[in-house]
Amino acid sequence: MSRSSGGAMSPGDYFTMGNFACVEGAILAGCRFYAGYPITPSSEIFERASVRFPQIGGNAIEMEDEVGSMAALVGASFAGAKVMTATSGPGFSLMMENIGLAYIMEAPCVVVNVQRAGPSTGIPTLMGQGDMMQAKWGSHGDLETIAYSPSSVQEFFDLTIQAFNSAEKFRTPVFVMADQVVGMMWERLHVPPADEIEVVQRQIMEPVSTIEPEHPLFDYARDFSPMPIAGGGTRVNVDSLTHDWRGYPTTDHDVSERMTRHLTGKVRDHAKEIWRWEERYLEDAEVAVVSYGSAARSALAAVKTARAKGIRAGLLRLITPWPFPDEVVEKISSKVSGLVVAEVNFGQLIHPVKENSRCPVVGANWAPGTLIEPRVIVDAMEAVTAS
Amino acid sequence: MTSPGSKVGGPAVKVQHHVNDEVLRSERLPNIWCPGCGIGIVVGAYIRAIQKANIPRDRQVSVSGIGCTGRVSGYLNLDSYHTTHGRAIAFATGMSVVRPDLEVTVIAGDGDIGVIGGNHLIHAARRNVDINVIMVNNFNYGMTGGQHGGTTPLGAKTHTSPYGNVETPFNIPYLVAAAGASFVARWTAMHVRQMTAAMSRMMEVKGFAFMEVLSPCPPTFGEFNGFPDALDMMEYFRDKSVVDHNADLSKIGVTVRPEDEVVVGNFVDRKRPSYQELLGELRNRVSGQGTTKK
Repeated sequence: MSRSSGGAMSPGDYFTMGNFACVEGAILAGCRFYAGYPITPSSEIFERASVRFPQIGGNAIEMEDEVGSMAALVGASFAGAKVMTATSGPGFSLMMENIGLAYIMEAPCVVVNVQRAGPSTGIPTLMGQGDMMQAKWGSHGDLETIAYSPSSVQEFFDLTIQAFNSAEKFRTPVFVMADQVVGMMWERLHVPPADEIEVVQRQIMEPVSTIEPEHPLFDYARDFSPMPIAGGGTRVNVDSLTHDWRGYPTTDHDVSERMTRHLTGKVRDHAKEIWRWEERYLEDAEVAVVSYGSAARSALAAVKTARAKGIRAGLLRLITPWPFPDEVVEKISSKVSGLVVAEVNFGQLIHPVKENSRCPVVGANWAPGTLIEPRVIVDAMEAVTAS
Repeated sequence: MTSPGSKVGGPAVKVQHHVNDEVLRSERLPNIWCPGCGIGIVVGAYIRAIQKANIPRDRQVSVSGIGCTGRVSGYLNLDSYHTTHGRAIAFATGMSVVRPDLEVTVIAGDGDIGVIGGNHLIHAARRNVDINVIMVNNFNYGMTGGQHGGTTPLGAKTHTSPYGNVETPFNIPYLVAAAGASFVARWTAMHVRQMTAAMSRMMEVKGFAFMEVLSPCPPTFGEFNGFPDALDMMEYFRDKSVVDHNADLSKIGVTVRPEDEVVVGNFVDRKRPSYQELLGELRNRVSGQGTTKK
């Protein structure tokens, strides 16, 4: 692949793999640190980062496990770097501990999950979408999640950049919930000129001589506060324990309430600006399919098949599964007579869809390790329109 | 000087300022540690090593895990990070790879470093990551009330080994030396000067610098194992410690049996390329490659 003199990929059109596109997007977003542990089907991300990051003054390091990878990511984030890792289900489980650390320390970082089939070791080489709820609820305690779900190689590139921008703005871990199909797929990738790519940088805390309550280091009244960076002279205590405006551990009920509300509120209060979705054929739809990731490609094929059969079908593709775009789903559900949620699992995002819908909702579920076949979704559409 | 068991009379004297205050968040004192605990002695030594070191204060970074010793970082007026249980070394690795100019020191307990974080310990030593690790070994999980761990001596009683520990403990300096660390030492809370000097050396060493500090823990370990009073284990360290820098590390496991010696010293101080140096060489070698114009 061609690269610009700055080391990032030159603008132009390429034929490439989703996992490679992810790395090139990360580089253009400013990522210069990767810590990982090899795992199928995400390993091409680590391999490509290992080739590319040292070329551009960055580091791609291998840790002893995903627990260590995620801890190293939080440390590197506080050293001032934009940081990422990539993994799949078993590694995602191991990362949950220090994903929680990134949440409470408010460390920007991007975690890519190239989802595979089944629980536990499952089928490493085949696809699944079984980690969607884990992305939301996998780490303990009250948290609010930002996650993107790419459906194409182009979108894997675009959403990786977007994930970095959200991580930097919201000072939080952000997930790119890809899957084996979109990760291993080869497609056209258009790389725009660098000046057309929006890149967000975190706010950095300036040193202060004395700590005053009027100027809290951790300001829970504000959604976004500047981040103290190691070596920056701020000498701030950054704590995994519930902490007060100075960063000091506390068991104070009021502080605990405010800190946790801050961590969830900074995402909830800005959910509408985070939401992204795509609507296809919804103008006159009597039934809509809700889908995401590579499964949405099957869903689009199913919508076209249904229309050929005379069913006025449409597609709502969720690009941000989290925070869940509840108002979008509610609005569409009030215009159709039924919703079909098509996912490569046995029912995960169908739950928030049901919670926010005003019409009957059925699942089109399929998880043998392959992309869902459009006929399964068409059958579900026929069932929901007949009911 | 007072002898064990005696009391000093008169009104309590509150010290207004202490020479260590500049490196402490003194507004957070008093600390949470129990009477007779050795952790405060380690903190004092670390502060003196920082004051002596020719390193700008804003480049000194303290990282700790969870547990009694995990609380150290929060008392230090430095960039400080109180991370997750066992993961301080991995956190410090990421930070120090991005900013090799920082002097990153992990201070954490034996359960944190040697047990739940044992895998991170040996692999950081193997890679020779240029950080300092000070492991305070009090032979048990103190914060949670006294349970046995991977450094609890065979036969020792704790709340989860009420009939005597049936596990053989790790000999941590032997383990870390075998894994490849540049520097390995062991001292006790009794050896304040030697411990401080070793910390100064650790800040100079390129590569993984490790020190175990044996510490009394009167209420949750000592109480049930023959060292119930604050000074009991300190007296044991005074009476039974043997300084042997050239000790056979395979033979320096700690039993805390009254008749057994405790071998201390600066056991390993060798030159090996650090992880950060090798990563830097790698970046220099491949920098700018693959940058042909389309």
